[in-house]
Amino acid sequence: MSILVDENTRIVIQGITGREAASMSREMLDYGAKVVAGITPGREGRKVHGIPVYDCVADAVKEHPADASIISVPPAFARDAVMEAVDNGIKLVICLTERIPKLDVIEMVSFAQARGARILGPNSPGLISPEKTRLGYFGGKEPQKAFKRGPVGIVSRSGGMCTEICNLLTQGGIGQSTAVGMGGDPIVGSIYSDILPLFQEDEETKVVVLFCEPGGKKEEAAAEYIKEHFTKPVVAFFGGKFVDNMPGTRFGHASVIVRPGSGSTQDKARLFTAAGVKVVNTYSEILPAVKEFLNGGA
Amino acid sequence: MRLYEYEGKILAGKVGIPVPHGVNADSAEKAAAFAGELGRPVAIKAQVLSGGRGKAGGIRFAVDAREAAAEAESLLRSEIKGHKVISLLVEEKLPVQNEFYAGITYDEIAKRSVLLLTRSGGVEVEEVAGEGVTRAYLDPFIGLQPYKAKELAKKLGLSGKILTAAANTLQALYRLYKTYDASTVEINPMVLTEGGEIYAADMRVDIDDDSLYRQKKLIELGIPHREERGREPTELEQRAAAIDQLDHRGVAGRLVEFDGDIALLIGGGGASLTIFDAITRFGGKPANYCEIGGNPTVTKVKELTKALLQKKGIKALAVITNVISNTRVDLIARGVIKGMIESGIDPGSFPMVFRSAGSYEDDGYKILDKYNVKWFDRTRSMDEAARYVVDMVSGMGGK
Repeated sequence: MSILVDENTRIVIQGITGREAASMSREMLDYGAKVVAGITPGREGRKVHGIPVYDCVADAVKEHPADASIISVPPAFARDAVMEAVDNGIKLVICLTERIPKLDVIEMVSFAQARGARILGPNSPGLISPEKTRLGYFGGKEPQKAFKRGPVGIVSRSGGMCTEICNLLTQGGIGQSTAVGMGGDPIVGSIYSDILPLFQEDEETKVVVLFCEPGGKKEEAAAEYIKEHFTKPVVAFFGGKFVDNMPGTRFGHASVIVRPGSGSTQDKARLFTAAGVKVVNTYSEILPAVKEFLNGGA
Repeated sequence: MRLYEYEGKILAGKVGIPVPHGVNADSAEKAAAFAGELGRPVAIKAQVLSGGRGKAGGIRFAVDAREAAAEAESLLRSEIKGHKVISLLVEEKLPVQNEFYAGITYDEIAKRSVLLLTRSGGVEVEEVAGEGVTRAYLDPFIGLQPYKAKELAKKLGLSGKILTAAANTLQALYRLYKTYDASTVEINPMVLTEGGEIYAADMRVDIDDDSLYRQKKLIELGIPHREERGREPTELEQRAAAIDQLDHRGVAGRLVEFDGDIALLIGGGGASLTIFDAITRFGGKPANYCEIGGNPTVTKVKELTKALLQKKGIKALAVITNVISNTRVDLIARGVIKGMIESGIDPGSFPMVFRSAGSYEDDGYKILDKYNVKWFDRTRSMDEAARYVVDMVSGMGGK
């Protein structure tokens, strides 16, 4: 098992003829992902690595029913692309595009919520269920080096650190059920507390690792959810502890900014610990912490 | 992008939020002239991009032109919390009966815009929590309908004509938020005058940076697009930002300067936070924070390397990234080596570490081997690389 996607997930890519999206589609096919169609307005009839291209999602899914869509279009068109996917019945939309106006993000997320669809991102690197499928950039050309199938679920505010942590686990002989990049923006369609219930239900997932950052309230919401509802062991690591001492300055992702009295890693870590989460100080400690839980140390 | 109060009030005027009669003055003469014409007491407010202005002495009052000139003179020469005063907003002084707070911002847990109201003005939005706060989450496709604005205004304890005026002001505030792609708007305080009128005594407006491409109308209103910084950028920060603009490929130049001696070329977003922590934890002193990612060109990496190494007192260079998906390791390696050579530094003998893994990693390691540079691959953690470079610097002793 895995969450959100598996080897049977049928995928369309909106904006497939773009340079980055085209090379990503090649890498996804190589990993065994079922990319059934691409969409770029005005390019119907072409093929990208053998994938047929359509003008509209409606026409694409008529010929090739799909479960998920990946959005790789410029920021000004992202809101419309997400709504097009959702309106045509796609239930999982992964928005890779970054720098989308916030009010557009709020609209597309609300639109999806009202129709029972889930959005990952914006500014998400995608997700991967190792040895089954991948949607997005995870692993680049050689995903098998960093990812392997196993019992650890991951949710991360950073795509790069998600890969790094999976690589660390893989080097240590531990695989992953699904790794989810939720995106580094302040407003994203799915936050920790939206993803954790899926890991709770997933039999393959035995331990969950969270990569966290300063700023915002997503970790606080996660701590509350875990305390009340989550029964599996959770390991959390924070990047950017130094940001605690520099309120008002933004580092890294758009969401990483500490305000007076809110968003510090110290406060977040305290809430996690109170909720029973194992907070590790360095990311290298994630591996032994996960091992201990897998060996029944919980 | 945070706006000055006078800019926020230009937008307030556009959407129909009542603001006090006033003028933006860049000299004491202009401030005095306005006070003289008005013939009533004025408030003189320093225009700075920082909160807590009142407490820091940035708001003065004057009863006539002579007093206004003196206060303006002294305010224009002063700094408020380290910020230069660019001009003064001189306004009629409002006869205050009551003060409220009204704000709209986004909520990342609800994933919606939220309107916040309190019965006491003068608080910061971050502190608006707990008792006495009315929160209304807004459906983006419905917005703030008149009935809802009325319901909310009622919670401020208002009635009669004042209730209608406050409700209209809330609707106008939402209009401002939506029309100008704001990420935060605040009327703080929203004043009820002794005469029973509602005014925005102060306006805070933050525009969403990601929407500036479609907010050209701000420029037409005399509100230029600005880069956001807590302080004036240093020379190195400016140079790095210019390097990032060299081409549109990838990020290489978002930099914050620090006081240390280890130059950092690190990435991506989350990993750069992690690496900075690691360097500090092992006792190293970063000379800067920066991030590279999104497959930047060799030129950008090269120029950034040169800029970092030019800083006085640099003892070592740490090039560390997470295992990367779409950035090419060989391009980073080539950029770094070229940058060092063009700086007149021998990569083989200068204290440094290179830790990266991902696309074209083998080609990257080959380049580094050729120049005798110590590299770590995916089997060695970023923590190990951080420790390695810190140990090298401390091994240099008191040099």
